[in-house]
Amino acid sequence: MSEIFLLLLGTALVNNVVLVKFLGLCPFMGVSRKMDGALGMGMATTFVLTFATAASWMLEHWLLQPLGIQYLRILAFILTIAATVQFTEMAIRKFSPGLYQVLGIYLPLITTNCAVLGVALLNVQEKNGFLHSLLYGFGSALGFTLVMLLFTGLRVRLSLAQVPAAFAGAPIGFVVAGLLSLAFMGFAGLAGH
Amino acid sequence: MLVAAIVSLTILGTVLGLLLGLAARYLRVEGNPIIAEIEQMLPGSQCGQCGYPGCTGAAQALADGSAPVTLCPPGGVALVQALADKLGVEADLSGVEDKGPQVAEVKEEICIGCTRCFKVCPTDAIMGAAQQIHVVFREACTACSKCVDVCPTEALSLQAVPVTLQSWYWHKPKLEVAA
Amino acid sequence: MKLFDKLFSGMRGGVHPEGRKDLSAARGIRVLPLPQKLFVPLQQHIGAPAMPVVNVGERVLKGQLIAAAQGNVSAPVHAPTSGIIVALGDHVAPHPSGLPVPTFTLACDGLDEWVALQACDDPFALEADDISVRVAAAGIVGLGGATFPSALKLNLSRGVQTLIINGGECEPYLTCDDRIMRERATAIVEGISLIALAVAAKEVIVGIEDNKPEAIDAMRSAARASSMKVVAMPSMYPMGSEKQIIQVLTGQEIPAGGRPADIGVLVHNVATAFAVHQAIRFGRPLISRIVTVSGGAIKSQCNVEALVGTPVQELIDFAGGYSQAAVRMVLGGPMMGQHISNTAIPVVKGSSGILALTSDEIGHDEASPCIRCSTCVRACPVGLLPLEMAAHIRGSDLSGAVDLGLKDCIACGSCSYVCPAHIPLVHYFNYAKGDLAAQERSKLKQEATKKLADARSERIARVERERAEMMAKRKAAREAKERAAKEAAAKAAEETA
Repeated sequence: MSEIFLLLLGTALVNNVVLVKFLGLCPFMGVSRKMDGALGMGMATTFVLTFATAASWMLEHWLLQPLGIQYLRILAFILTIAATVQFTEMAIRKFSPGLYQVLGIYLPLITTNCAVLGVALLNVQEKNGFLHSLLYGFGSALGFTLVMLLFTGLRVRLSLAQVPAAFAGAPIGFVVAGLLSLAFMGFAGLAGH
Repeated sequence: MLVAAIVSLTILGTVLGLLLGLAARYLRVEGNPIIAEIEQMLPGSQCGQCGYPGCTGAAQALADGSAPVTLCPPGGVALVQALADKLGVEADLSGVEDKGPQVAEVKEEICIGCTRCFKVCPTDAIMGAAQQIHVVFREACTACSKCVDVCPTEALSLQAVPVTLQSWYWHKPKLEVAA
Repeated sequence: MKLFDKLFSGMRGGVHPEGRKDLSAARGIRVLPLPQKLFVPLQQHIGAPAMPVVNVGERVLKGQLIAAAQGNVSAPVHAPTSGIIVALGDHVAPHPSGLPVPTFTLACDGLDEWVALQACDDPFALEADDISVRVAAAGIVGLGGATFPSALKLNLSRGVQTLIINGGECEPYLTCDDRIMRERATAIVEGISLIALAVAAKEVIVGIEDNKPEAIDAMRSAARASSMKVVAMPSMYPMGSEKQIIQVLTGQEIPAGGRPADIGVLVHNVATAFAVHQAIRFGRPLISRIVTVSGGAIKSQCNVEALVGTPVQELIDFAGGYSQAAVRMVLGGPMMGQHISNTAIPVVKGSSGILALTSDEIGHDEASPCIRCSTCVRACPVGLLPLEMAAHIRGSDLSGAVDLGLKDCIACGSCSYVCPAHIPLVHYFNYAKGDLAAQERSKLKQEATKKLADARSERIARVERERAEMMAKRKAAREAKERAAKEAAAKAAEETA
């Protein structure tokens, strides 16, 4: 039990996909203007990421390795991820047209969200078992959602601040992202003891 | 080896494709529900100033992203903000010239009573009959400028709504300068 | 002392502006001599403007109705003196916009001849309805500054538990309520009793700030025979605000967006009580009020009883003119009063003071950025976050400001007063409230025009349809006729054959 908890904590905070591994920066900057959008993005990515890690583990162990065609790994993974994203897109469009409109182009772009492919590939690299892979994917997604919400909160407050003209908009956003990343680096100390 | 790769990926692709096809069947959406919501927000005077055939056309264009949220002149800045919120886009207000609320006004000495404006007004805001001077009801006028376009004597023009004690309010304070 | 106030005033927040009441507090009420001309606006109250009922050129008597109330929320206007109505047209309004409003110009004839008045020898025998009808007919509005029609307030507050009479006068400089309580306490007490009778209040409390000991003494001795309580309240701004005085005197707080009647309280100003007394006892409509003329730039500060419609300049001349350059002219108190740019504007029912302030008194500095010191949060008597609301408004996020409670802001100006960065906080809130109201208006208009547009397209479709039906019917009739003719012709041909 404690192992599961540690794994979730480790993937969500210590090895946060966005702020420590710098994966998935595109939705991180793109959909962080409003809380609703950020939360929707976080949940969509959580679904895709968890599902894609599971699917890619199965692909890797039941198809690619037995047939010895690991060189097709990226191709096969992208295929499953794209299919998952397509499915998510259809589901969101059906059940929450407002969110669909708000997420706009960033929704299909989850396909190319490097966090999703990155986590799937890392799982293979670290030779994780199925449950382990699933938790790794879910933890990363939790970390992604957490950081999305944190950063959106900061940007909402920033939009009210009197930022010097040269820094207004994305520049101050990057500065804040950098500071937030520094703060997350501090979680590395959790693992030390 | 090569054959295994080709076959396995083909099968994988086909299976995923079939699954998606099934999903598309069950999750099909009829039309875009957001269009109706957007149309509710538009003035509904079907004036056509945006270049689309009426407000429904404009709502469709807004929903599929082919029209900017700033397309509706009678809606003013308030509508731009509301649409931007709805569609989750940043409103670029630089292009919008907010002349404030406007209404059409008839210059009585030039009006010849041709009833053309009376016929085109989408909100029945013009009252008049042949050979009579026409009058605009300010409360009903959306400043769509349809009447201005058809007036043969340029008796109609858009004027700013005069500020009264009831509608006056303090201007926005200027930004305090960063010291 | 400050801690004491915080603990015992029962009010949240609040500030202690320098009172400056000593400038005019010792000066008794003097009656302003009759001016040459009076400018009486049709709207001196919240609600719909009054409807003129006299014509230009007509001679009117003092107290004669010249404009009648129009609609539910409105108040009539009476002639302040006898004379000729010489014009009904635009005159600059007693309002910061300086916009023109429809105004009667009355050339005084100097006779000051009263119209026949409906006096009442035993006002306490009147029915409650009768009192509010008479109050309405006298054109009485809230004289504390809100100018809400008093009769309406009486009708809406029938059967309240507590009647509070507001003698707070927390605005610096102003001493008009102080003087009226000192000099006309008996009349005020009778007015209060009449109001209490009209709403059947079970308890009457008169709240007076403790910086007016003479007024408290005068009111206490006048109220000795009655059951009303005269309570001294700590001097603190904005004690005279309706919500705050209720909180201090009853310990209850009005819920957000609610009215005093919701918690069984009715608040009236002392000057309103005096006006009620005048209206019921003597039948005199509200045509004059006490105005404090003060400020560092005025030569001899004073309290004057001026007729409604008297140009501000007359009052300043009466006070001896300026002793030095006035940098800012304010109508009302310095905290919530209205900045005016023209001394031709008339004194109206809601004008409590005319202040000519020097640059020292204003102490204006350039605004600097907010450092989030939260001094304004501590000062806000409603418990809002002025700095946050202003930031949202600056970022054009008005709905965010509304979520933070913008609609509960009473615009008392305490936040602006204490802000060490001199940020015009209350200005932001006034702007935002105005802008929201404008948006609301345009939304209503849009809905109305949308309905019109729909009705029109429906009508056009119907006309089209009817025309098509008519055409079809005609065509059918014509064809039937032709067929009948043909048949007849064929028959005829047959017969001939």
